[in-house]
Amino acid sequence: MDFDLKPEHQALRRFLREFVQEEIKPLVKQIDRTSLVPDELLKKAAAAGLFGIPFSQKYGGMGAGEMGYCILMEELGRADASTTAILGAHTGIGVMTMYLDGTEELKRRYLPDLCAGRKIAAFALTEANAGSDAASIRMRAVREGDSYILDGEKMWITNGPVADVLSVLAITDPSLGARGGATCFAVESKWEGFSAGKREEKMGLHGSPTAALKFDNLRVPQENVIGKVGLGFVTMMKTLDVGRVSLGAATLGGAQAALEAAMQWAKMRVQFGRNLANMQSIQFMVADMAAEIESLRSLVYRTAWLVDAGRPFTKEAGMCKLLGSEIASRCIDRALQIHGALGFTRDGWVERAWRDSRINEIFEGTNEIQRIVIASELFQEIGVRIRP
Amino acid sequence: MDFSLTDEQQMFRDMFRSFAQKEIARVAEHTDKEEQLPPELLNKAAEQGMLGALVPDTLGGAALDPLSYTLMLEEIGKACLSTAAVILMHTSLATQAVLDFGSDDQKGRWLPALAAGEALGSFALTEPDAGSDAQSVSTRAVHDGDDYVLTGEKSWVGNASIAGLFVVFATSDPKANGRGMSALVLEKDTPGLKVGHREPTLGLRGAMFHTVYLDGVRVPVTNRLGGEGDGWKIAENSLEHVRLALGAAGLGIAQAALDAGRAFAVERKQFGVPIATKQAIGDYFAETVIEIESLRHLIHYAAWLAEQKQSFASEAAMIKVLAARTARNATNRMLQVHGGYGFSAEYSISRLYRDARALDLIGGTPQIQRVQLARHVFEDTGVKVAP
Repeated sequence: MDFDLKPEHQALRRFLREFVQEEIKPLVKQIDRTSLVPDELLKKAAAAGLFGIPFSQKYGGMGAGEMGYCILMEELGRADASTTAILGAHTGIGVMTMYLDGTEELKRRYLPDLCAGRKIAAFALTEANAGSDAASIRMRAVREGDSYILDGEKMWITNGPVADVLSVLAITDPSLGARGGATCFAVESKWEGFSAGKREEKMGLHGSPTAALKFDNLRVPQENVIGKVGLGFVTMMKTLDVGRVSLGAATLGGAQAALEAAMQWAKMRVQFGRNLANMQSIQFMVADMAAEIESLRSLVYRTAWLVDAGRPFTKEAGMCKLLGSEIASRCIDRALQIHGALGFTRDGWVERAWRDSRINEIFEGTNEIQRIVIASELFQEIGVRIRP
Repeated sequence: MDFSLTDEQQMFRDMFRSFAQKEIARVAEHTDKEEQLPPELLNKAAEQGMLGALVPDTLGGAALDPLSYTLMLEEIGKACLSTAAVILMHTSLATQAVLDFGSDDQKGRWLPALAAGEALGSFALTEPDAGSDAQSVSTRAVHDGDDYVLTGEKSWVGNASIAGLFVVFATSDPKANGRGMSALVLEKDTPGLKVGHREPTLGLRGAMFHTVYLDGVRVPVTNRLGGEGDGWKIAENSLEHVRLALGAAGLGIAQAALDAGRAFAVERKQFGVPIATKQAIGDYFAETVIEIESLRHLIHYAAWLAEQKQSFASEAAMIKVLAARTARNATNRMLQVHGGYGFSAEYSISRLYRDARALDLIGGTPQIQRVQLARHVFEDTGVKVAP
């Protein structure tokens, strides 16, 4: 067993770390304060190939697989959660839906622009009445000639206000409901009938635009169906599955950054005649953080390997998201505590990270859903079917 | 053992609850957004006797018993933790110091104004290099005739920009590690006393924390509370009182979170049922009430000790740790219950979550409380525990 990353992945990590250091780190405070990731930054990221890292080179992607994508998310996660969310929603679930189940023709039509960052993608599943219970979506798609007419509303859509292309789930057969009667579509925001609501005001992740979306008798050509008619729910769940691995990677980055910040502060800060690093309770906090991070690192990259190897990974992906989000929150909270009152001040990285990280336990499938997914997989292995 | 509240205590609680819900809760979101209490709010609280809660009625206070005081802070904390913080820093830190260590003359001079809310109290102990290590204060107090001349920098001074009175801790002998500290009362506008920049915070945004500069401030020796060198004893006494107070406020915010979560879990339906019926969600509520009830009773016990004039130093430390944990856990779990709405600034739960986080920092961190408690546990074994 070789636990080292392949040379090309190691090179990718070095490249991304430098990019993040030079281009993203200096803007982090501004992003939070202005609630905006600057276009300039997104352009530079696009030029550096950051928008298509996992996707095949034949579509204009970098061809670095899930492994390469996790490396990106980890490196971004070390610096800024908002930028991570924009790229994550775009690549990990927005484009990914089309990449996994789109026809060759659909992929050739959309992926080059999306991989080059000329267009931004989003993933539109959630509705007001369908959060954890995603199967109870109500948005309709009615067949009309060689098109479908979409009508309904989506909620909490990351990148919603800025997306050019969205992967959207709608009910095509109400008698069957979402399981068997839903279809996935690639929808362009410039089409007649699409509108984004006002940006949600959130506790954190200020630079990541989130909004409700309205689809008002919006016409979608049948060529834009992603996957099979009626099997859209499966497509969406498959996408969310793989999206969880990279979210695990992003939270790994955040946790790692918290550990490093905490250690630097513990080295510098002197109280009671010695630095905090020489206080046992601080040492134990740091040790616990590092142990959790190390276990998460192994889990995330092994799961990325499962994905790239074409092996089943649903259970492990759920674990990546569940553990990653909780470990990041714990590590960032410990880092805040180690910083004392300074950690509570709106000038520092820790305070921002603390507000940003909370959403990780909620979006992309709440941690309660992750536990249900994992338990379902486990019990299925011994012949028991469980219901949520 | 009678666990029930007296008729008077129930009456006080109902009064505080009504006022807090009517006047404080209503503007809590505004307080957070504007990062200050609405100007009239403290006056209204003063009219209710809240700012003179523990001051004897002979000096214009409400003369509440300790338990009623905790009931007051619980109701205020439930409505708005920022408001609770502003009030308890005034009452339990600043006013308490004058109450317990002021001479009759000093009490007569300052307590009526403090009790009436004409002067808001502020407590200046912390410094950039004296946080958890509060004893290593380096602000100097140098004798000059009948005065002290104060020079130094205080940080994280609560209420500083709206205070009328400051209790400042300075040392005549920095090498004596706390034993050279004295507590001095300064009025605002004393020449050389300058309120500096404000810290923008994660939570508790309605409370104001500033750096305060002391630039050759001249203060008469008659403004010293207690004797020279009594400063650390005075600081510890106030800290003990404020830990109980923060505990009560923390109980309040935990209850507020529980109430918000409960209402949401009943309304929100997923998978065809209210999420309140899901076992994992029910578990969150169960764990929360276990912690809330434990905290409530520990607070009541400590208040009883205070009423008996017995020491409650250890209980205050326990309460501080438990309250911060209870408030943090309650707000965190209830935010999770809210799902995506929990992360939205439009629902109150994320504000409660941000506010509750302050409790592990203000008034002494759990790291410090644990050292104190460990010391207490091993006290009579001859083994000395130090930070």
